[in-house]
Amino acid sequence: MIEIIDLHKSFNTKHVLQGVNLKVEKGESMVVIGGSGSGKSVLIKHIIGIIKPDNDKGKVLIDGIDIATLKENELYEVRKKFGMLFQAGALFDSLSVWENIGFVLLRQKKMNEKDVKAFAVEKLKLVGLVGVEDLMPSELSGGMKKRVGLARAIAHEPEILLYDEPTTGLDPIMADAINDLIVEMKKHLSITSVTITHDMNSAYKIADRIAMLYEGKIISVGSPDEIKNTQNPFVHQFITGSAIGPIKLEGVHHERAFNRA
Amino acid sequence: MFKLIELIGRSITVFAEELGRILILFVTTVRQMVALPLEIRGTFKQMLEIGIRSTPVVLITAIFTGMVFALQTYTGFKRFGAETLVASVVALSMTRELGPVLTGLIVAGRAGAAIAAELGTMRVTEQIDALETLATNPIKYLIVPRFIAGIFMLPALVIIADIIGIIGGYIVTVGLFEASSTVYWKRTWDYLEVSDIYNGLIKSGFFGASIALISSYKGFYTSGGAEGVGKATTGAVVLSSMTILISDYFLSALLFK
Repeated sequence: MIEIIDLHKSFNTKHVLQGVNLKVEKGESMVVIGGSGSGKSVLIKHIIGIIKPDNDKGKVLIDGIDIATLKENELYEVRKKFGMLFQAGALFDSLSVWENIGFVLLRQKKMNEKDVKAFAVEKLKLVGLVGVEDLMPSELSGGMKKRVGLARAIAHEPEILLYDEPTTGLDPIMADAINDLIVEMKKHLSITSVTITHDMNSAYKIADRIAMLYEGKIISVGSPDEIKNTQNPFVHQFITGSAIGPIKLEGVHHERAFNRA
Repeated sequence: MFKLIELIGRSITVFAEELGRILILFVTTVRQMVALPLEIRGTFKQMLEIGIRSTPVVLITAIFTGMVFALQTYTGFKRFGAETLVASVVALSMTRELGPVLTGLIVAGRAGAAIAAELGTMRVTEQIDALETLATNPIKYLIVPRFIAGIFMLPALVIIADIIGIIGGYIVTVGLFEASSTVYWKRTWDYLEVSDIYNGLIKSGFFGASIALISSYKGFYTSGGAEGVGKATTGAVVLSSMTILISDYFLSALLFK
């Protein structure tokens, strides 16, 4: 279970997270929605301990353990519970596809290279890829990179999966295929997941619950149906994708010059 | 006036902060160096990258440095009949100064830039974050191999540069000015001491460590996309080169007494 309590984070003078509270139950698929620059990526990186909260301002509990207080070795132990899919895949471009997927196994040296490769091929099948194990990441398309990234994230059978904008930059068909894959992961591997996205089609499809992050706080949490029928004007504006409403776009004025003419 | 003071103050703060962060990275790197498992495979890969692949450019630099040094000193020394000392001057200057410093500057330009660009790209494409999520310490996986390779490969390159530089001097002195080959080799060894060679190598080990650490630091803490990677690369080469030139004076004062 993941519990985020009153989390604050600032970068220089910018107060990005201003007291985030969120609870993700075991086996649940939580989707955090929010505009660009709302701090979604910062939030997800706190969950896996890559970013630490401001001094004593908030906690991130993973199965009851406050990960900000852990020593380095303990933190790496807790991280073994996690898998993370990065926005652009974040594949290691000096390693081939199979070496990326078998990265942890190769480092642990518990298996020989032939077995690791066979293991990687199996994981690739799980994400619907065949015959790409010897390619380099630069030879893959955007969608394939995400699939390989997902194969790498699930390679060590994590309990929790974090998805950072899994459908961003993909065509609608590929985006839907990735959504299907996320749903399948949940069904077959009973994984707890946190996804951050601004793609509402994706959110409705993969979420058990949706939370909206706005101005550094979670302003609404509910099932996809509850979110669709929300009375909250901020959430309503976001999910309907309207430029007109209470959400102010940074640096954009609604009254454009030609409207006044 | 206040703006000037503010600017100076801010520059000092930025410098102190950067120095502090490099020192912290140094301590972490040394600590991770001895932690198991050892990064043997990665270290050999970096030795190849930093050492072997820099050899051609070091060879060319060394031979021409030796040649031009002999050319200049020969014509100068001839004026007071000391041509036979050209060999000694070439040998002493190559081993004590030119070998370590020029090799250091070349490796800073070649390998330092490559380290900063590679780590910088890994940072902005979230590959370093990905390492963290795969329970791998990025400092151990990325910086330790480069640091070890820097410490050992720079002295190795300097040994080659010293020898080739002296041969370059030989080509000009004996080949061009038709001086005696026997006298050249005799004079090479006459005033050269073993301490000249190993102190030069100690300096180069320090330069190698500095290049690897500074370039890794610049790359590792890159931010701001492609532009950030460009800045990190330039910064790595400039800071490494400055460190080599400045520390060279102090190390020379300390080592060569």
